[in-house]
Amino acid sequence: MNIIGFKTLLKKELLRFWRVAFQTIFAPAVTTLLYLVVFSQALDSRVSVFNNIDYAVFLVPGLVIMSVLQNAFANSSSSLTQSKITGHIIFILLPPLSYIELFLAYTIAAMVRGMAVGLGVLITATLFIPTPIHNFAFLFVFALTSSAVLGSVGIIAGLWAEKFDQLALFQNFIIMPLTFLSGVFYSIQSLPDFWQLISHLNPFFYMVDGFRYGFLGVSDVSPWYSLIFVIIAMLLCAGITLAMLKRGYKLRH
Amino acid sequence: MIALSINAVHKQFPGVKALNGIELSVKQGEFFGLLGPNGAGKSTLINIIAGLTKADSGTISVMGYDVTTHFREARKNLGIVPQELVFDPYLTVREAIRIQAGYYGVGKEGYRWIDEIIDELMLSDKANTNMRALSGGMKRRVLVAQALAHKPPLIVLDEPTAGVDVELRRSLWAFIKRLHKEGSTVILTTHYLEEAESFCDRIGIINHGELIALDSTANLIAGGIASMSRLRISTTNSEHTLPDAVKHLLIDSTNKNELVFEFNRSQYSVLNIIDALRASNIAITDIHTEHADLEDVFLSLTSNTKT
Repeated sequence: MNIIGFKTLLKKELLRFWRVAFQTIFAPAVTTLLYLVVFSQALDSRVSVFNNIDYAVFLVPGLVIMSVLQNAFANSSSSLTQSKITGHIIFILLPPLSYIELFLAYTIAAMVRGMAVGLGVLITATLFIPTPIHNFAFLFVFALTSSAVLGSVGIIAGLWAEKFDQLALFQNFIIMPLTFLSGVFYSIQSLPDFWQLISHLNPFFYMVDGFRYGFLGVSDVSPWYSLIFVIIAMLLCAGITLAMLKRGYKLRH
Repeated sequence: MIALSINAVHKQFPGVKALNGIELSVKQGEFFGLLGPNGAGKSTLINIIAGLTKADSGTISVMGYDVTTHFREARKNLGIVPQELVFDPYLTVREAIRIQAGYYGVGKEGYRWIDEIIDELMLSDKANTNMRALSGGMKRRVLVAQALAHKPPLIVLDEPTAGVDVELRRSLWAFIKRLHKEGSTVILTTHYLEEAESFCDRIGIINHGELIALDSTANLIAGGIASMSRLRISTTNSEHTLPDAVKHLLIDSTNKNELVFEFNRSQYSVLNIIDALRASNIAITDIHTEHADLEDVFLSLTSNTKT
């Protein structure tokens, strides 16, 4: 393995979003906090969640993981699409970097950005809404695996998209609806049976539900069940991404 | 040792046969010119060498390593200066070069060499400037520096001086000549044929995906069309009768006071023609001779193979 090459690419990817941290970290964190203010104020007494848990407290873990997912996706997808469009993707295609090293560097950078934004949201939110941590290991593992899934999906989108317009299509018609319908803002137990069933088909639901369990100790489904589901999703997405990178999909003609 | 070996490489794009069985070897230490008109297949060939494009069939090896089965070793031995002016907008000049070296597995031990390249390519003043703030010529220098950052023994320069100023050309060629002198193998594609003529030991001309000429620069210029010369004679006689011995060599007499002859140097000499003219009482006031250069060879070969 080209360890120095991999570490260099990872460092470069981290540097890329850090150089524009206002856009990549602070702005998404502020947007998520606005969600928290608006939803917690507007829906506090109208949405029923788990017994004895305030809606605002319920909302915090959901919004944190939502920001982790969206930013992990945004990092790998926009980095790849931008470098393809401007042509500087050539700098990583010419060197002796294998498809595995490319995959790991892009995915880990996406995980770091996702978790950096999530941490920012969590720290700021808990200043106003004290949120308990029931099981740190669970919330950490869910943050890790879920951001890996979205980092990987971001690579798939970045490889597929030939312009930012196509990337926006992926983001607005796949990532955003799946995130919003995953139980970030409500417990799926409050939904009619049919919509509960549909929610169970959404992989994002398991990421949100398992992550929330780490904070609150309660969840719609068993956190172990969610963890298995998320790990399977991670392996599946990693497999697809690795296959695309190995083939040089839209990279090597 | 062979630095680059290309064996029966074919590549077909939809509706276009980009490469049709290219066979070529470049020895270690050679300065090789790969020439051809736009769309001839040069960039496709370079992209296959670089691993950016996959060949339909055939094999390519760099310093003995197959570019697909031993891609790591092959790429470590290869430095490519791409034709397009691309840059990473998030990095400074020094970062861009160090990061590029890092991709090749070169760590801090390579920083000294990188500083030397920065200096040689006159980038020192801009080393900490963001890539976005550089002029086109400066960006081109950074591309060259990035390609050399891992000290590759085989350097491919794809139109390295396209659109750059005279100063950069001079400094770039001085540096490339130094690297070549120190043992690097250099492959050059250029539209400036005088550059190829001055620097390259051997030249391959590619057209319509086929190698139509491959010889030493001297042989290419000496043989065929290149053995033709032109003689331009200025005369005070506006009315003259040309001697039979040279009449058939005249190619232009539109200007009454100027006669242009074209001849093969193996059959005629300038003196023969001048003696014949003087014997016919044609007063010569000035003479000018022109030998065919690489450009004539190139134009002759590529126009003959047009389909």
